[in-house]
Amino acid sequence: MTSATARVPVEKTYKIYIDGKFPRTESGRYFALKDSAETVIANVCRGSRKDFRNSVVAARKAFSGWSTASAYLRGQILYRIAEMLEGRHEQFVTELVTQGVSKRAAKKEVDASIDRLIYYAGWSDKYQQVFSAVNPVSSSHFNFSVLEPTGVVSIIAPDDSGLLGLVSNLAPVIVGGNTCVVLASEQLPLCAVSFAEVLHASDVPAGVVNILTGYREELTGQFASHMDVNAIIVTDDDVVKDVQIAAADNIKRVVARADTKWGSDSAAHPYLIQDTQEVKTTWHPIGS
Amino acid sequence: MENRNKLAFNDGWQYAPAPESTDHITIDKQYELFIDGKSSAPDEGRYFETINPATEEQLSSVALATASDVDRAVKAARKAYKGPWSKMKAAERGKYIFRIARILQERAREFATIESLDGGKPIRESRDIDIPLAAAHFFYYAGWADKLEYAYPGRAASPLGVAGQIIPWNFPLLMAAWKIAPALACGNTVVIKPAETTPLTMMKLAEVIRDAGLPDGVVNIVTGAGETGAAIVDHPDVDKIAFTGSTDVGRIIQRAIAGTGKKYTLELGGKAANIIFADAAIDQAVEGIVNGIFFNQGHVCCAGSRLLVQESVADEVVQRLKDRMETLIVGDPLDKNTDIGAINSAPQLETIESYLKIGKEEGAEMYQSSCSVPERGYWCRPTIFTGVSQSNRIVQEEIFGPVLAIQTFRTLEEGLTKANNTPFGLSGGVWTDKGAKIFKMTQQIRAGVIWANTFNKFDPTSPFGGYKESGVGREGGLHGLGAYLKLEAQQ
Repeated sequence: MTSATARVPVEKTYKIYIDGKFPRTESGRYFALKDSAETVIANVCRGSRKDFRNSVVAARKAFSGWSTASAYLRGQILYRIAEMLEGRHEQFVTELVTQGVSKRAAKKEVDASIDRLIYYAGWSDKYQQVFSAVNPVSSSHFNFSVLEPTGVVSIIAPDDSGLLGLVSNLAPVIVGGNTCVVLASEQLPLCAVSFAEVLHASDVPAGVVNILTGYREELTGQFASHMDVNAIIVTDDDVVKDVQIAAADNIKRVVARADTKWGSDSAAHPYLIQDTQEVKTTWHPIGS
Repeated sequence: MENRNKLAFNDGWQYAPAPESTDHITIDKQYELFIDGKSSAPDEGRYFETINPATEEQLSSVALATASDVDRAVKAARKAYKGPWSKMKAAERGKYIFRIARILQERAREFATIESLDGGKPIRESRDIDIPLAAAHFFYYAGWADKLEYAYPGRAASPLGVAGQIIPWNFPLLMAAWKIAPALACGNTVVIKPAETTPLTMMKLAEVIRDAGLPDGVVNIVTGAGETGAAIVDHPDVDKIAFTGSTDVGRIIQRAIAGTGKKYTLELGGKAANIIFADAAIDQAVEGIVNGIFFNQGHVCCAGSRLLVQESVADEVVQRLKDRMETLIVGDPLDKNTDIGAINSAPQLETIESYLKIGKEEGAEMYQSSCSVPERGYWCRPTIFTGVSQSNRIVQEEIFGPVLAIQTFRTLEEGLTKANNTPFGLSGGVWTDKGAKIFKMTQQIRAGVIWANTFNKFDPTSPFGGYKESGVGREGGLHGLGAYLKLEAQQ
């Protein structure tokens, strides 16, 4: 319904998110995201291995600050992400619908994503109490075990759940003090980029979350093999074997989460936080 | 530097030899495999020697398990898992494990003596650490068997099935206990392989398991080297692999089981920094350094093989360390006076000596104590290197011998950066009298076990395991249960 007086809408350029900035891929490449009628919805950045390496540098740089931020602060920042997402509820529904999700399912997915962030925000200062221990050693020592974040985590976000799948895997990683590089869904990439904007407006420090779009087949191997990444979460069943082989180069932790129904309440629990945590045990003599 | 209070334990009087007697132990001429509760000859009829590394004399001949033997062991373990072990009440399962602990305590001296004979470690350590701790591990995990529902809130815990376990030669019986005890407590059955240089206490453990009356096939022992281990790792009916050993082999295992869905825990190499601040109690710190690197000939994955000493006290610490090294007695592992026993094997001695050469070629200055060592057997005098840099191989790579690389630092941040600058992250040590500094350091060192004002302490209740390339998962304590359980949402 165009007319000479109609306003021309301004369309968004979907970019990637590295170190708190929104660059285009350094490679200059793109892939066209099309709807079922083969109309181009967006030209999405086809991220490169170099983009990934830059992201890991940013994530590593952000790790010392984020991993030592107080649990209270991390909880508040996760809560803030939820607030920002709530405020942009309509935008995300529209984006999901544009990518072919039904209106009803889209609304449900955005609702669930917001609630999931609140869920993990609340865990920030509790999972430690549930999973740590004071150990009654028989010698005269005080001995305790606590959880600490594993480090920099690669996340291959679920391909079939553009927003909720991303949030469900991202939140437990960062609430635990890790930093991460996310490979967004290839078939539903738009919400990941918009979610980066939400993160950006939520006091998440630069580099804590980096989000790339691109071809999974091209990038998964790099996400799995990088020597400065400590863990990888993989959600595609068919690549688990290759990821585990590549991950062995630096004894990366591999968390395989294929076949999870991300819409289900049972897809959120503190053991997902524990998946990217290390147990540290400290000894000190008791004496004078 | 001036050295007024030099330790002189050996001046003026000599230690009389105080050897542990061996008349109370029996070692068979030949050991078979232990499969399905029975002694079982290897299918291919091959055997290998195990020797005393302190004398190079043969102690026994041990069956070499091939893939078909491993297959028989896995079948026996599966049958036992499906049969008595998973059907038994958890409390009864626990009672069998308690029995193992008790029998080990009763036979402790015998086990200690054999451990020292076969592996070269000083009797003082096998008697006071290895064997009592092994018994304690069984005792600790026995009690978990009927309490697993309290370990993981909100989850239903169930066993995995058959656990394949591969253990190292540095703490043979203790590592067997670390692996068998939690596996059984969680309701799994076991196929375990001891290291090829130290199989004897495992064969003695087979007697304990038999005497404890465990159902046939719950624990199966296959002896052999790398190929036997690979057969366990590759066996399709094994549900979980637990490995302790080198990072290189850990990588091979992680690749080998990729895509199989097998669970795994890896306890791999280390290059721990022992960090001494100027405000530390220096004499205690020196004892900690000695314990950190010379305990068990330095054959310790969590050994404090790097010393980081604050610059203002570096000369003093190094001098006192050298003085203390002069008092260390290297020799007969069965002698109760011995501080440092035999290097475990000829190949390991070769590895250590190659690193001594590398260290010198890298420009570091080597110092060894002047003690004498026996003519036969494998020995390495306590060794330190000064003048090393962070990029030196003797700083970055695990040597697994009594060899310490010493660096200095000025600020806390510099000490921390150097401590964390290796691919490993198994353990670390901090020595200071300032509480706030202890917590700053223990929080920031990227490693799984941190000893503050102490070093190389172990306990069954205390989880152990590494960050980064030092491994995956934890052994010991409540956290060690997770390695042997499947956790699912409660219905």
